[in-house]
Amino acid sequence: MTAETGRRIKAIGLISGGLDSTLAARALVEQGIDVVGIHFSTGFCMNDHRRALDRPGEDPRRMRNEGLRAGADLQIPIEVLDAGEAYLKMVLNPRHGYGKRANPCIDCRIYMIHGAADYMREHGGDFIFTGEVLGQRPMSQHMQALCLIEKECGIEGYLLRPLSAHHLPPTKPEELGWVDRSRLMGISGRSRKEQMALSEQWGLKDYPQPSGGCCFLADESFARRFHDKRDHTPVDSIKREEMILLKVGRHFRLSPAVKIIVARDASENQFLTRFAGLGWSFEALDTGSPLTLAEGEPDEPTRRLIASITARYSDRRNQPLVEVAARRGDTEERLFVPPVADSALEGWRI
Amino acid sequence: MSADQDELRERAPAGLRADTTIDTVGLCCPVPIIRTAEAMKRIAAGSVLEVISDDRVILIDMPAWCRSTGHRYLGARRADDAFHLFVKKAEGARS
Repeated sequence: MTAETGRRIKAIGLISGGLDSTLAARALVEQGIDVVGIHFSTGFCMNDHRRALDRPGEDPRRMRNEGLRAGADLQIPIEVLDAGEAYLKMVLNPRHGYGKRANPCIDCRIYMIHGAADYMREHGGDFIFTGEVLGQRPMSQHMQALCLIEKECGIEGYLLRPLSAHHLPPTKPEELGWVDRSRLMGISGRSRKEQMALSEQWGLKDYPQPSGGCCFLADESFARRFHDKRDHTPVDSIKREEMILLKVGRHFRLSPAVKIIVARDASENQFLTRFAGLGWSFEALDTGSPLTLAEGEPDEPTRRLIASITARYSDRRNQPLVEVAARRGDTEERLFVPPVADSALEGWRI
Repeated sequence: MSADQDELRERAPAGLRADTTIDTVGLCCPVPIIRTAEAMKRIAAGSVLEVISDDRVILIDMPAWCRSTGHRYLGARRADDAFHLFVKKAEGARS
């Protein structure tokens, strides 16, 4: 497709690398439109976290960047953008609230479409597209939400959803003849059958499992920790590092001011080591032990409790007393403690 | 850092030298790719960029990024407990 001037039409799209965004891009490539994909790194992607932990034996394909994989399959350039601090601020203060977990889906879409629009203004482009499907997600993909997102992004008429186009009013790219509406789709709802058929038709075989979900913000366990963090910390002071730590280990809140994170395996131990300098850390001595990090300033009885919990998850959990080192900076205490009883743990678990 | 031998099946030719090198050791995905894209914008077409990384999955991501942008992936080698990946900037690449 070309504009009246004869130049090729260029579309800027949000590409997560999931099936829907891949198909949306392919639908436009099929029409001869130049497509540039924007892939946001939000800091909440499960693949990226698996990669940071790099557990032995983990299949590297489960850790690859799906946006880049989609770009390679479609032969379209992908711009990877770091969503940064502004994204975190939005996640902590979403204007349109959270979904069932900690997912601010409407604000997230608005943030990313704004980003794509900024990219289009800077680098050129004629319209924005996404892989959104009407009725697929309860919070952000019903008709009212789709209209709201478009309006709030200030690009009314220039936001195309190729997969659900037949259920939506014609956009400017369709009215101007840049995009052939008859070759777009009328997909709606949660079933992925039509998407699977399209992927088969277009020979797209290597994509992540549909609706598998790869965002921590929509994860039940992460959401509990996220909201606990928001409930116990001034929201504007929460840093990226604190969000990263919510993804790792077992979390226990011991008091309004003290929370601990206990590593679950060697990979998490190694990961948490990077953060051990931020406050108190605990480790059972001369045995296999998790690294435990404390957030807040535990007093002496609380440090003994943390040592007991650390001992519980050490290889000496069946011993009557375990020696645990509690460290903060150059300070080290040696504590002899009994491993805490499992029945006591549940009251603190987040 | 660990990698199976077959992950290095696209080996960089012996004696290949880079015009520019960036060190992304210790940086998590997708920062090395972001740094690569930035560096490619600063070098001339035909130049070779070397990217050093200790992230084994970059051996999948970098060739994918090259296929999407049109730059040429020349392969990788291991040295000093890191991967050294080589990319040649293409004339008229898409990014």
